[in-house]
Amino acid sequence: MGIEQKLGNMGVVTTSLESMVNWSRTNAMWPMLFGLACCAIEMMAAQASDYDMSRFGMELMRASPRQSDLMIVAGRVSKKMGPVLRQLYDQMPEPKWVIAMGDCASCGGVFNNYAIYQGVDEVVPVDVYVAGCPPRPEALIHGVLTVYEKVKGEKFKDLVVS
Amino acid sequence: MAQLEEVSIEKFKHLVSERALTGETMLLNMGPQHPSTHGVLRLLLELDGEIVVNCIPDIGYLHTGIEKNMEAKTYQKAEVMTDRLDYMNTMGNNLAYVMAVEKLVGLDDVPVRAQALRVILVELQRIASHLVWLGAFGLDLAAMSVFLYCFRDRELILDIFELVSGQRMMTTYFRPGGVWRDVPVEFEKAVRDFLKIFPRRVDEYEKLMTKNPLFVDRLVGIGHLDKDVALQYGVTGPTLRASGVDWDLRKSRPYCGYEQYDFNVPIRTEGDTYARYLVRIDEFRESLKIIEQALNKLPMGPVRSENRKFVPPPRSEIGTSMEALIHHFKLWTEGFPAPKASVYSAVESPRGELGMYLEGDGGPKPHRIHLRTPSFDNLAVLPEIVKGHFVADLVAILASIDIVLGDIDR
Repeated sequence: MGIEQKLGNMGVVTTSLESMVNWSRTNAMWPMLFGLACCAIEMMAAQASDYDMSRFGMELMRASPRQSDLMIVAGRVSKKMGPVLRQLYDQMPEPKWVIAMGDCASCGGVFNNYAIYQGVDEVVPVDVYVAGCPPRPEALIHGVLTVYEKVKGEKFKDLVVS
Repeated sequence: MAQLEEVSIEKFKHLVSERALTGETMLLNMGPQHPSTHGVLRLLLELDGEIVVNCIPDIGYLHTGIEKNMEAKTYQKAEVMTDRLDYMNTMGNNLAYVMAVEKLVGLDDVPVRAQALRVILVELQRIASHLVWLGAFGLDLAAMSVFLYCFRDRELILDIFELVSGQRMMTTYFRPGGVWRDVPVEFEKAVRDFLKIFPRRVDEYEKLMTKNPLFVDRLVGIGHLDKDVALQYGVTGPTLRASGVDWDLRKSRPYCGYEQYDFNVPIRTEGDTYARYLVRIDEFRESLKIIEQALNKLPMGPVRSENRKFVPPPRSEIGTSMEALIHHFKLWTEGFPAPKASVYSAVESPRGELGMYLEGDGGPKPHRIHLRTPSFDNLAVLPEIVKGHFVADLVAILASIDIVLGDIDR
């Protein structure tokens, strides 16, 4: 990714640039508009009037994976949906992050059966797990802020570019 | 991991018209990740320019195995699964399930207070579900503000649910034989406040949408569903009532004491997208009427049946009564046995007839559960009513039949 790789490790220049880039990423993160099940309704609630996730720079939900950098897996992932989910993840440009929202996406939740992936981490790498069935909108916002914490600590040299 | 299935024309050859095979018409894939399919529905469209020639729904992207999973649990534990079926109508799913269990085991002494509480909460849930529908309908037609207003009001209802059950969405508040526990004292005030606020809000929505020329132009005459076609496909709920059929289980097969309440069933005869919208708006007002009547004559008294074979004793009794302790132990370790019989019980969910077929085998776990979910049958009629319309109208039609994918795929 352009400048980040060219810079490598140039001491104070890299560090300052890193913190600036990371700061700007946290304040303009575009999640993908992608709901699976019950949690999607709470995800909608988190964007609506009462909780208003746009306070944290997230008002733009993109329907296209090519424009988004955060995937919120909101709901249970079935065996039929898994490959589709993976393809959507692969279509997102780097750098990208994933939140597994809710118990089903985190560990299968109440559904321990043939149809559901026991955690979406079997399909895509997950950064933050949000517990709850479904999590309250506050919990989702906390999950997003946890992703921000992670993004703020990221180093250019650690970025894996595929 | 499984690879993504290639979409080839070969697989759908028998479903599309001849013209698609020669390349005269275009095949377009809509979903499973699409903001207007309300979840993970995939539609394969055959288009002639902008006109939809054929529409083939492909479901199963949210198949959860709920029916099978319920067979592995006791009757009390299986109820948790029903919440996650149709996640906009959790109270209604619980009601259909507990009614089926009560019918199966012959538990017929559900107290009147519990019945009235069930009616109040189910009607609140109907309003909440229609609010999500209205918000999403607005979003699909590019009316963003309606979505924000609807979710503001939905929070009021979710606060009431949280008050009674401790959870916003997955309540599991109804139990075989009554409800989990009595409502807190603040319940009545919270519902009265809602009853006071909400009629004005419905007027507000109507002001925003009902006579809005942009809105009317996009809906009137679009997606006409004929009465006979609707009946052939087993369509139920507001979608059916908008086609002029007077069929509402609350009136025609009253349950839970619905016969004591005075309310109308909104009917429209136009059968188009606009009629379906109007029916749901009218249902807001009718539900409010039912809630008000039920709240006015909400009797005091127990909220759970006294039949200790099926209903656990209150905590206070366990410390003093040996028998209560035994019942409690039996119920929570083993569950209660149900006879070798099968029952069907149905309720009117916000989307239509939600039926629960339950078969017992003499043990504490159900032998078979089958769900008759309204969205499934309502979606089946979609290919009939979108033919000849624009792709943009397809979005409006799909939104107007109000499907929930959890309900379809279960």
